[in-house]
Amino acid sequence: MSKIRVLHYINQFFGGIGGEEKADIAPSLREGKVGPGMAIQGAFRNEAEIVATIICGDSYFNENLEKAQEEILQMVREISPDLFIAGPAFNAGRYGVACATIAAAVKEELGIPAITAMYEENPGVDLFRKQLEIVPTTNSAAGMRNAVKGLVPLALKLARGEELLGPEEEGYFPKGIRVNYFAEKRGSERAVDMLLKKIKGEEFKTEFPMPVFDRVDPAAPLTDLKSATIALVTSGGIVPKGNPDRIEASNASKYGAYSLEGFVDLTEDTHETAHGGYDPVYANRDADRVLPVDVLRKMEANGEIGKLHEMFYTTVGNGTAVASAKAYAADIGQKLLAAGVDAVILTST
Amino acid sequence: MRLELGVIHICDVQFGSTTSVKDGVLYVDADALAAHLKEHEERLVDVKVHLARPGESVRITPVKDVIEPRVKVDTEAQIFPGTVSKVLPVGSGRTHVLRGAAVVTTGKIVGFQEGIVDMCGPGADYTPFSQLNNVVLEFTLQDGLAAHDKEEALRFSGLRAAKFLAEPAKEMEPDEITAFETLSLIEGVKAYPDLPRVAYLQMLQSQGLLHDTYVYGVDAKQILPTLIHPTEIMDGAIISGNCVSACDKNTTYHHQNNPVVEDLFAKHGKELNFVGVIITNENVFLDDKIRSSDWSAKLAQYLSLDGIIISQEGFGNPDTDLILNCKKIEALGIPTVIITDEYAGTDGASQSLADADPAANAVVTGGNANEMVVLPKLDRVIGDVDVVHVIAGGSDKAIKEDGSLEVELQAITGATNELGFNKLSAKGY
Repeated sequence: MSKIRVLHYINQFFGGIGGEEKADIAPSLREGKVGPGMAIQGAFRNEAEIVATIICGDSYFNENLEKAQEEILQMVREISPDLFIAGPAFNAGRYGVACATIAAAVKEELGIPAITAMYEENPGVDLFRKQLEIVPTTNSAAGMRNAVKGLVPLALKLARGEELLGPEEEGYFPKGIRVNYFAEKRGSERAVDMLLKKIKGEEFKTEFPMPVFDRVDPAAPLTDLKSATIALVTSGGIVPKGNPDRIEASNASKYGAYSLEGFVDLTEDTHETAHGGYDPVYANRDADRVLPVDVLRKMEANGEIGKLHEMFYTTVGNGTAVASAKAYAADIGQKLLAAGVDAVILTST
Repeated sequence: MRLELGVIHICDVQFGSTTSVKDGVLYVDADALAAHLKEHEERLVDVKVHLARPGESVRITPVKDVIEPRVKVDTEAQIFPGTVSKVLPVGSGRTHVLRGAAVVTTGKIVGFQEGIVDMCGPGADYTPFSQLNNVVLEFTLQDGLAAHDKEEALRFSGLRAAKFLAEPAKEMEPDEITAFETLSLIEGVKAYPDLPRVAYLQMLQSQGLLHDTYVYGVDAKQILPTLIHPTEIMDGAIISGNCVSACDKNTTYHHQNNPVVEDLFAKHGKELNFVGVIITNENVFLDDKIRSSDWSAKLAQYLSLDGIIISQEGFGNPDTDLILNCKKIEALGIPTVIITDEYAGTDGASQSLADADPAANAVVTGGNANEMVVLPKLDRVIGDVDVVHVIAGGSDKAIKEDGSLEVELQAITGATNELGFNKLSAKGY
């Protein structure tokens, strides 16, 4: 059997081109293996060969999502590999998103087996775990050896078209897909066996792990609205016109903090939305629809509230991983507490 | 309480001039059976008797109930007490069973939610009733009957038919006899001082028309959780009045052959002490759910259990009853295992249950009922295949041009049974 031909995708850092200052480079194609490709090639032994490597800047990919994907897919078409590997990306957020996005595109649009690897908290995992196999790694490149060890056997299986077992057996992030199968014993017997183990304190395995719902206790109500400082926080993507911090339209990698000083009413000349998950026309025409500055200014003038906090905090909720959203919220919460804010109005879309 | 179950194996069913059993073949006198049913049920206008055997190219739909022919040999009490027999206590003495045979009821009934039983092909793998020699009854009822009356007439007629067919077995010598015995609480403790005390909490569907279950003839909506001997269940003390989303509803056959009861008895006296069965309901009102789950937990504590298996019937709304039962009993320090099934979407990617709690850490699943299955066209249909357009699990696109069906497992009778009757399960990918 001839060797499996592999195309490898990495970013500017692992490609040896440079760090953040080179993150805006467009994709380029190199012959053979580069950087982490050495370790991957080593693990392939003689079964497969990295025939070429694509190197692309993380900023370039994430800020030119469609263009970058099309450029890279074109390179993949030219090489026409048997297998596409992206990363490992470890805990690099934008790199992880790029790896998972392009691997999913290669798999779905070109029908070529594709795989990537990254740390469990990398937003790329939650975004694409349902679409492709993502192998878990540690949070830094120090774990490269183990990452390759997990990645390579699964990648080869995919390339050979072999049927995969479950995520536990094969070592990839569960896709959260429930699939029926016929067990060896009937359900009642499995239940009796499970109960006896549970009674004896032995290890048992549930067939359906309960989803755990995250619940937040409501805060105590305000005692005096008239003296309260109220802040506005939104996941609806309202930003100053031009989106100065380039908050992403989907799966935001950051939040923004902007002053409301001097604004009584948001207009299409001053504000817009960065959100890519809803029809932006109405929010762009009047951003108060998502971030109700006009109403709060009136209440402030009428003495109904103490005052509107001078800063507002904003991000894009669209496709943003829960882990990222939690981190932004914790950060924003600390800043609001430090500023003496009494209450927050949270708006979505 | 001690019951002997005498099993007579049936490997074929044929029409005959008298109803009898000979060399493993059940002969059915169709005219006498139809006449018997009409004589006892004036709401029946017509009864057609069909036969469907394992492997035949036959599709039965809409299936309402499946019932195993059983007869009590030596007691005044008879099978199905409180419904088609006098309300006398069952569960002791000797019962003969025609194992391998069943009555299946069908016909244009009330709702639009009954199931499919295929006797061959991929659909047959999902329903246990494809393995039985079925006497299928297709009923026509008087015009103008209220829905509840139609349902009752069919329910009783199916039970009567099973009794009728089992009558010849009364005088026969069974192929095998197994005894099941439940000791009184004190005797049980003395007999098995070192074995864990295990009970079974069976949740009975009780949400309304075609969602009901009856205990000695009492609508389960109106019961408070109570104790019942497992052998009473074998004698038809609990019967089915429901078939909505047929995959996870218990037919009367499921109750008669409750697999949790069987598998607990199998380890009784060896690895555990099977103390007995608690039955509870799944009413739609929150007050009822709270009251019944409190009561079940009180009974579990009163029996001083070391463990309990809880089986659900249905999905969605009863998920709340399931989780309430589970967490209240776990809170008393009694380990639980729950048996349920899943509605994870046709792609398997959605959340499977409508309620959840960390206490439910030991779950057995009967599979994802939303998973799609293609059922090829079969030669003969008993009933009316057009109902597949409207039954739960079917759709207006379910019947293809070539006559095959594309449905969710939900449409197949007993496919994801929550008594753990089948081997089907699901795992995460």
